[in-house]
This record gives sequence, structure tokens and C-alpha cells, in this order.
Amino acid sequence: MISFIQLLTVYIGIYAILSLSLNLIVGYTGMLSLCHAAFFAIGSYATAILMLKIGMGFWLSTLCAGVISAVLGALIGLPTLRLKGDYLAIATLGFGEIVKNVILNWDSLTNGPMGINGVPMPKFFGFSLNPLVKWQYIILVWVFVAITYFILRRIIHSRLGRALAAIREDEIAAFAMGIDTFKYKVISFAIGAFFAGVAGSLWTVFNQSVTPMTYDFMLSMMILCMVVLGGLGNHFAALVGAAIIQVAGEFPRLLGFSSVIPAQFKQIIFGLILVFMMIFKPEGILGKEKAKPPKGVPAVREGGVQ
Amino acid sequence: MINLSFSELIQHFINGLTLGSIYALIALGYTMVYGILKFINFAHGEILMFGTYIGLLIYDRLRGGALPGSQTLLFFFLAIVAASLFSATLGVTVERIAYRPLRRAPRLAPLLSAIGTSIVLMNTAALIFGTKSKKFEYPFDNTALNLWGIAITPHQIMILIVCVGLMVFLKLFIDNTRLGKAMRATSLDQDVAALMGINVNSIISLTFAIGSALAGIAGVLIALEYKVYPTMGTMAGLKAFIAAVVGGIGNISGAMVGGILLGLLETFGVVILGIPQGLKDTIAFSVLIIILLVKPSGILGKAVREKV
Repeated sequence: MISFIQLLTVYIGIYAILSLSLNLIVGYTGMLSLCHAAFFAIGSYATAILMLKIGMGFWLSTLCAGVISAVLGALIGLPTLRLKGDYLAIATLGFGEIVKNVILNWDSLTNGPMGINGVPMPKFFGFSLNPLVKWQYIILVWVFVAITYFILRRIIHSRLGRALAAIREDEIAAFAMGIDTFKYKVISFAIGAFFAGVAGSLWTVFNQSVTPMTYDFMLSMMILCMVVLGGLGNHFAALVGAAIIQVAGEFPRLLGFSSVIPAQFKQIIFGLILVFMMIFKPEGILGKEKAKPPKGVPAVREGGVQ
Repeated sequence: MINLSFSELIQHFINGLTLGSIYALIALGYTMVYGILKFINFAHGEILMFGTYIGLLIYDRLRGGALPGSQTLLFFFLAIVAASLFSATLGVTVERIAYRPLRRAPRLAPLLSAIGTSIVLMNTAALIFGTKSKKFEYPFDNTALNLWGIAITPHQIMILIVCVGLMVFLKLFIDNTRLGKAMRATSLDQDVAALMGINVNSIISLTFAIGSALAGIAGVLIALEYKVYPTMGTMAGLKAFIAAVVGGIGNISGAMVGGILLGLLETFGVVILGIPQGLKDTIAFSVLIIILLVKPSGILGKAVREKV
């Protein structure tokens, strides 16, 4: 039981990094991206391959995984981020599927559907972390969550962050104000991809293996749901969303009912939460309601993901 | 490049055409809903899957152990009717519960609600019917006929006849009937359509009913060759959706053109370009990204200018 709660804490941490980074793309920049699982996958595989085939250490490989993810994110962003709204969502969805298919079929590098096993444990000043001793991983993962949280917060309150907010509110107006909207959108996408890659790296060293089927369309959806459930454009909300979805998903196991309640049940609950949240509280648990304009001032067109 | 004889070329063309007309049939549901509500019904593939299960259930119950013959053909026809009726009901119910309250909400809300619905439907199906894939027995003898050196299976002939028939019927319905006119008016402007005395809510329900019924029929048709399993709708739905975008989303003829084009590209991509079978799905997604970059409004779609 305690071991299970520890496992859940590690998972919440990894998903928190994913939802924080997606929040930068969807919540702060207003681009609906449906391929976050692809960057997670790229980070995971990059770490597994770098550690096993090149013998790189954990820290360097995590950094490399993030950078590879970010570069690919920028490369994908260059053509697709010229699109807006629904079309961008579909294009990113297509890209996510392509990444999964390439991983499944590039046998010489990714070992195809079998995945890669036997990823070594991360070493820390000669001390190697053991996945069976979970508290070590809890510390490792949550240190990364804290770093991600801090960096993303700094980004939002910088010049870059204000440019992103301007793009979210009204892209045409932002462009008219002299903001190179396309450049900033690609940067935002690449930063989001970087942290997703880092999360993938943590996932790999914790599970000591990677399997391609983990990174499907549903995972991208789940990360998006965490962001939306918490509240778009709010870092803390992204953390809360990740925790809620993870705990809700594992609730039957947590209460020891997993033998009685079939696995599909949690997904059904998860789907229902999504539908009812959208109907009754679309701004998310911690999201603020849109400020009403003062009397006499006509309402402006709504910004956000459109 | 691989050298192909003329008859082989025709052979692959027919295979692509069959696959493409199935995509087109499913794509119609996406494009009709998008035309009216401007949102992507992500649960469409799951509605297809549920309809197929009901079709299979009815077919197996009626057939018992009967051998393929005129009787099983009748049962198969009944199964198609049952599947389409059930899908239509499910589609209308989903719209009523999950989409209607969100009609005036920001764009992301109905999209996420649709994703939630699809998760619920997929897992409910897995709970009820199990995750093992089930086989749909052919109601007829499916040995390929040899026409001038080209092998065509009766299954392919049936798919082509049913799909083309339904598409012609739908096109006539939309273009020539009062209800079709009301649907077109609703897709142009809901508020004005309502002022003209059109009951917008029932037109939207009708749209969902027609699109979902077509998906149910398409589901039973593909289930003969592929199997029936809870996630069967996801890939079929995504491909059909790509077809709708390629043809120009919101445009009914566009969905037909896009579907058939996609089917042909997938078949010929494997045959001519030598793309491995495992990467077949990548063709569709690459086509999607290319078309979005070159002409986001699709082949037959009109470009919408962004207003400030």
C-alpha cells in the first residue's frame, strides 16, 4: 500500500512535468497541441538509446533528451505552427501518430514493438538509485518538477512570456504591435517539447524500459485533460490537474478494489469527468471566470484557444 | 519503382477504390457535423464501433450455424439496418447530452467533451463485449471472381455498390429535399436559419443521425474483412477524418473525393513507392500535414479569410 502511494507520487511528478509544459503551449500561448505524447516518447527513447548504446550517464542523457525533443519540436513547429485552431490541432495529432509509427517500425534503433529493456539506473556521485527504493525516485522526480515549475514561471513573467500572452489574447493585434508571432510560437512549442522530453527521460530510468504502446494518442489526450481540468494558463492548476487525474485513475487500486472493478472502469470515470467538467465548469477547477468588462464598455472578443 | 502490368495497376486501383469509399462513407459524418457545428466529433469512430457490435450481435443471433446463402445475406442486410439504426440513436443521444449544452462555449470545450465521450464509449464496449476481437463471418461465398485477369471479391463489389449508392442518395437528399435545404441553411447561419422557421435543434439531431447511421453501415462493411474490437473505431475514425480534411471539411462532395483519394494514395503508396505495411498509416498523416500546409481549406473547400 505504502509502496503503491510512493509509485503514485512518482507518476504524479512525471505527469506534472508533462502538464506544466503542455500548459505553456496550450494555456499560455493558446495553441491547441495534441502531440505531447510524441515529445514524451522522443525523450524516453533518446534516453534509453543514449544510455544503452552510447553509455552516456543519466544527467547528460536527460539534457540531450530534452534538447533532441526541443529541436524536433521546433522542426515540427516550423511548418505546422503557421496553422491555427482546429487545423493546428489536427496537424499535431497527425504528427503524434507519425512519431509512434516511426518508433514502431524503426527496428534497428528502437527495437520495434518490443521496446528497449535494461536501461541502467541513474548514478548520483557514484551512488546508484534503485527503482525498488521508491523514495529516491520521489526526490529525483520532484526536484525536476520544482525546477520545471520555477523555469516556466520565470518564462511567463519575462518579455517572452508577455509576448506569448499577447499572442494568446489576439494574434493579429500582437503582430501589429511588432511581435514576431511565428518566432515566439515556435519557441514556446520547443520549450514545451524540451520539458516533455525531460519527463520522458525520467519515465525511462524509473521503469528501466520503454515500450512504444505507452505513447499513444490517448496519452496526449490525458495530458491535455490534466491541463484543462486544473485550469488553462495557471501553473499550479496544471500540477493539481495531474494529481487529480492520476489519483482518480488509480482510485480502485488505492482502495484495494482492483480485483472487483475492471480496468476499463477508471477510464469510463475519467471520460465522464471530462464531459461534465466541460458542461459545468469549463474554466477548470482553479481557473478564474473571465472578467466581465465594466459597465458601458462593450465586451471584447474572447481570446484563448479558438 | 516497381514495374506493374496494366491489369495489376487496375487491380490495385480497385483495392484502393474500395478502401477509399469506406473512408468516404465515414468521412461524411465528420464533414456534415463540422459543416453545421464547426467542431470535430471525435466520438464518431466509437459510434461506428458500437453500431458494428450491435450488427454483429444481431447477425450471429439470427444466423445460428447457417451456411452462406441467400438466407444469411438477408440476415446480413438486417444486421446492417440494425447497426445503422443503433448508431443513429447513439449519435443523437451523444449530441443531446454531451454537445448541445456546449453549443455557445469556446471551441476547446466541445472538442474535449467529444474526447471524453469517445473514451467512455470505447471502454463501455470493452466492458460489455470484452477486449478480444470478434469475427464477422462472411454471409456469402467470398472467393474472388476473375474478370479479365483482375481479381475482385464479392465483398469489394458489395462495398462499392453500397457506398456509391448511399453517397448518391445523400447528395440528392441534401441538394433536392426540403430537409436538405434546411440543413444547408443551418450550416450557413444558425441564427438566420432559426428566424426563417427552421427548427435548428432537430436539424442538428438529423445531421448526427444521418452521419452516425452511415458510420454504422461502414463499420459492418469493414468488419467482414477486419475484425470487431473496442478500439476499431479509432484508426478508422482518424483516417476518415483526414479524408474529410483533405477534401475540404464541411463540404459533402469533398468528403467523398478526399476519402477515395486517400484510399488510392494508401494503396499505391504501399505498392509503388514501396512503403512498408507497418508505415501505411503514416501515409495518411503525411498527406494530412501536406494538404494543411498547401491548402488548409482542402481540395474542394473555400478559403475563409480571417477578419480582424
